[in-house]
Amino acid sequence: MTMNTVKFEKLPDRLPPVNTVGWVAWVKQNLFGSVSNTIITLLFFYLIFLYIPPFLEWSVFNANISGSDRSICDENRSGACWTFIKVRMEQLLFGLYFAQNPDQMWRPIMAFIVFGGLLTPLAIDRTPYKKWLLLILLVAYPIFFISLVGGGVFGIPKSDASEWGGLLLTFTLAFVGIVLALPLGILLALGRRSKMPVVRSFSIIYIEFWRGTPLITILFMASVMLPLFFPSGVEFDKVVRAMIGITLFQSAYTAEAVRGGLQALDKGQTEASMALGMGYWQQTIFIILPQALRISIPSIVNTFIALFKDTSLVSIIGLLDLLKIAQNSSRSLDWNGYDIEAYMFAGLVFWIFCFGMSIYSQKLERKLDTDRNVE
Amino acid sequence: MTKSDSIIKISKLNKWYGKFHALKDIDLSVGRTEKIVICGPSGSGKSTLIRCINRLEVHQEGSIQVDGIELTDDIKQITEIRSDVGMVFQHFNLFPHLTVLENCSLAPIWVRKKSKVEAEEMAMQLLEKVRIPDQADKYPGQLSGGQQQRVAIARALCMQPRIMLFDEPTSALDPEMIKEVLETMIELADSGMTMIVVTHEMGFANRVADRIIFMDEGQIVEQNDPESFFKNPESDRTKLFLSQILDH
Amino acid sequence: MVKGIIAFGQYFLLDKIVGRSPSNIYQNPKFRSAIIQAILVFIVFYTFYSLYQTTVFNLEERGIKTSTSFFDQVAPFKVGFSPFLNFELGETTYIEVFYIGVLNTLLVAVLGIIAATLLGFFIGILRSSNNWLAQKFALIYVEIFRNMPLLLQIMFWNFAIFLAFLPPPKQSLEFGAFYLNGRGLQTPVPIVENNFLFKVWLGILIFSIIASFIFRNWAKKRRDQTGKSLPVLGISLSVIIIIGISSFYILGKPFAVDLPVLGKFNFKGGGQLPLPLFSLWFALTVYTSAFIAENVRAGIASVSKGQIEAARSIGLTRPQMVKLIIIPQALRVIIPPTISQYLNLTKNSSLAMAVGYEEVVAVWANISLNQTGQALIIIAMTIIFFEICSLFTSFILNIYNRRIQITER
Ligand SMILES: Nc1ncnc2c1ncn2[C@@H]1O[C@H](COP(=O)(O)OP(=O)(O)O)[C@@H](O)[C@H]1O
Ligand SMILES: [Mg+2]
Repeated sequence: MTMNTVKFEKLPDRLPPVNTVGWVAWVKQNLFGSVSNTIITLLFFYLIFLYIPPFLEWSVFNANISGSDRSICDENRSGACWTFIKVRMEQLLFGLYFAQNPDQMWRPIMAFIVFGGLLTPLAIDRTPYKKWLLLILLVAYPIFFISLVGGGVFGIPKSDASEWGGLLLTFTLAFVGIVLALPLGILLALGRRSKMPVVRSFSIIYIEFWRGTPLITILFMASVMLPLFFPSGVEFDKVVRAMIGITLFQSAYTAEAVRGGLQALDKGQTEASMALGMGYWQQTIFIILPQALRISIPSIVNTFIALFKDTSLVSIIGLLDLLKIAQNSSRSLDWNGYDIEAYMFAGLVFWIFCFGMSIYSQKLERKLDTDRNVE
Repeated sequence: MTKSDSIIKISKLNKWYGKFHALKDIDLSVGRTEKIVICGPSGSGKSTLIRCINRLEVHQEGSIQVDGIELTDDIKQITEIRSDVGMVFQHFNLFPHLTVLENCSLAPIWVRKKSKVEAEEMAMQLLEKVRIPDQADKYPGQLSGGQQQRVAIARALCMQPRIMLFDEPTSALDPEMIKEVLETMIELADSGMTMIVVTHEMGFANRVADRIIFMDEGQIVEQNDPESFFKNPESDRTKLFLSQILDH
Repeated sequence: MVKGIIAFGQYFLLDKIVGRSPSNIYQNPKFRSAIIQAILVFIVFYTFYSLYQTTVFNLEERGIKTSTSFFDQVAPFKVGFSPFLNFELGETTYIEVFYIGVLNTLLVAVLGIIAATLLGFFIGILRSSNNWLAQKFALIYVEIFRNMPLLLQIMFWNFAIFLAFLPPPKQSLEFGAFYLNGRGLQTPVPIVENNFLFKVWLGILIFSIIASFIFRNWAKKRRDQTGKSLPVLGISLSVIIIIGISSFYILGKPFAVDLPVLGKFNFKGGGQLPLPLFSLWFALTVYTSAFIAENVRAGIASVSKGQIEAARSIGLTRPQMVKLIIIPQALRVIIPPTISQYLNLTKNSSLAMAVGYEEVVAVWANISLNQTGQALIIIAMTIIFFEICSLFTSFILNIYNRRIQITER
């Protein structure tokens, strides 16, 4: 092996032939790669050309936004009537009570702002003390919310939950649902994995019962049956009845999400803490749950998205949520005939929240995946 | 080896992934029944090169001829070449929803249009050859890695290919299974198959190869018969590489 | 009793918190677990019993005696749409109204499942295609429709679009023999004229379908033995169609198709899917198809690159690869969540109430309950109906999963 060797000479990197990179190649590959591909592309171009310009014309270029009544919209029917949405915005967002008492509107606005202020850092990766923030959001914030928006304390005028409406009500129902369902769901998930057959079968029956029934039936049950369950004299507000129904329903779905996290944890964890001489509850609270919950956050967020959409069902039992107010407004004499605008606005509000949350949950899922691969 | 004898002829082959120049001016011709081992550091373009031969990757410049047929976009020709060129992958890539026997008889039935009876008969013969006939009705998930790789070899052989390509066939295997796969490959080599094998098993290379090719940075750095390759490497790069892999 | 619980609680909790060493029978884990379970059973049954008692009592106070005797009473309201059972105001009883509701739920569920599957697979395939525009279109479709409440979508299509823009019957939109207008979708319906000959015709048709299955097996065997394949589907279909049509004429047209015909103000003849049903069907289809499309995308994406390379390396053509490698593997990922979507669709059909389609929740849990006040029985029956659907779905899923497990590992 002592012979002289030649030094290795690296050939210079060349750029690829022009027709294989850059946007021309991209267009060729992704739009006109084959005959069928080209046909599909042309078809889509045709559809875009057919539908997008008229839609933009209607929704943007010819749209009405000025004025405060329908006269402007009635004159120019070639565009959408956003005036309607503008005029009814307070109702749509905060319900009738706050729309009629503009001086009180700061209360729900402030509640939303504080919520945003708590939520934003949670969505950012590097925030320290996330656990404490979450705890504040789930425990302290509801109290703050009820005293601020509900009033009756610190000299703030009272506004019963039954007077709330619009997005405020939608939001309240969904938030109450998730906050109350979480502990219940965790217990049920643990119960479903319990070694005690009675605990396990009760948990299974409970979970599958609520998951098998449509929410609308449950809301009916809550509004019709709940008063019957208790001796006369015990009265529940309509909103509270809906909240109870939603919480019971949601707890079953939360339980399944948490169970997914528990299953994903490997067995080694339990055995390790057993070896440390911990009892069941110590083990569960300090070792297992924190990890299981972390894994199940994306699924919990997904069940929350479903719940957020489902709260619109309360309009069927007569609550004035965002959807119901949109529908009622579009049927009022002032604005009838502008249904599309009403539904589109309500749809857009729902969409922004749901889409945002689903992006967040997908991001978390990817992060969990990579974390696990690194470990 | 004369020119007319070569079954694969690659000239001035250049390949880019996006703007990354992965293969540079590759010239290579492979004779009938020749056995070639390709080695080189990870990322040097070994897989890319052999995947160009059965057009799993498309090259941008230069030409590749397999058995006299030039590789172009013509789908018919590509299919024809693929059925003449078998390939064994690092991660086996068996079809998990089919039994071992179905894995092997699938292509003969659908591509070669053989009858099922005939295809299965041949599949059984080849499974015997790789010494796992008793696993024929199991699913890939039920086999060990070594067994799966031998099934993959049998699956490729069922098409009666004239050329076999191996892309690191043993590097995903536990040490005790490497031997059984290498033995199968040695038997195949002894039966006169044309083979191009990407591997770092230098014992195998020494025993089987007619020629060893060393690649780096998308280039063929040097090629030689095993003896000269190991004893008198021409390039300093090769020397460094050999000292690294032969040390441990 | 109360003392017992307190004592139990002390032992149970103290042990947990202080971590006392086991010293007596209360610390024996088996004994403790038995006690906990016994107490749980007691609490649950006692709660249910007292809830039941209070409810029955409360109902009686309102003058409603909980019993099923109202089943046979005549329902005093009209059910407009009952294609399977005849509705006669003043004759039809409550229990028949329940059946009508159940059948109407099943009808829209079946219609929705078929349409959502077709549309969902179509969108899902676009989503996985290599055409950039098609991909992005499918992505936008999925993200728009699955992120808005279904109820909102049902109301949007029904009130803002169909009711507002569909023309009156005279200017119906024509789709072959189907007509769409502001009242609903007019469809052709077969009318059986000669009962015996119709049965003969049906028999011939069923026979030729069976024959085509035999033919398929024969062709498969032939291919196994000789390697020669036949275009089985094409041959079978054309033979069945030819036999069906020719025997129809030979038997002297044993049935006629009643086509919808535009009369002076409205359609005569044919059948009608009333607008609420059409809107509900449309919205359920669009909503559910977005979820199914996502399942299809995930299923196709789950087939690894290595599988596709292996398929190409053994010389399979693209259609062969799709048929033999991609579809069988993707379906295993697609089918289970899609079956769950079918159940969701069935449950979601209860939102029909918003547009006035007469399915089980609307006619039973709402109208009948308001009329009779029999909350306990009516809600229980509604829930049981959906629980049966749910159990049936789990049953199918379990069978499927078990089959997959056998073939896989
Ligand atoms: N599909 C691909 N897209 C982009 N770059 C790739 C792709 N496949 C391989 N490469 C790059 O090309 C180079 C050669 O890869 P490969 O042929 O797999 O190397 P080897 O098999 O020798 O380890 C590497 O730098 C790798 O990162
Ligand atoms: Mg490689």
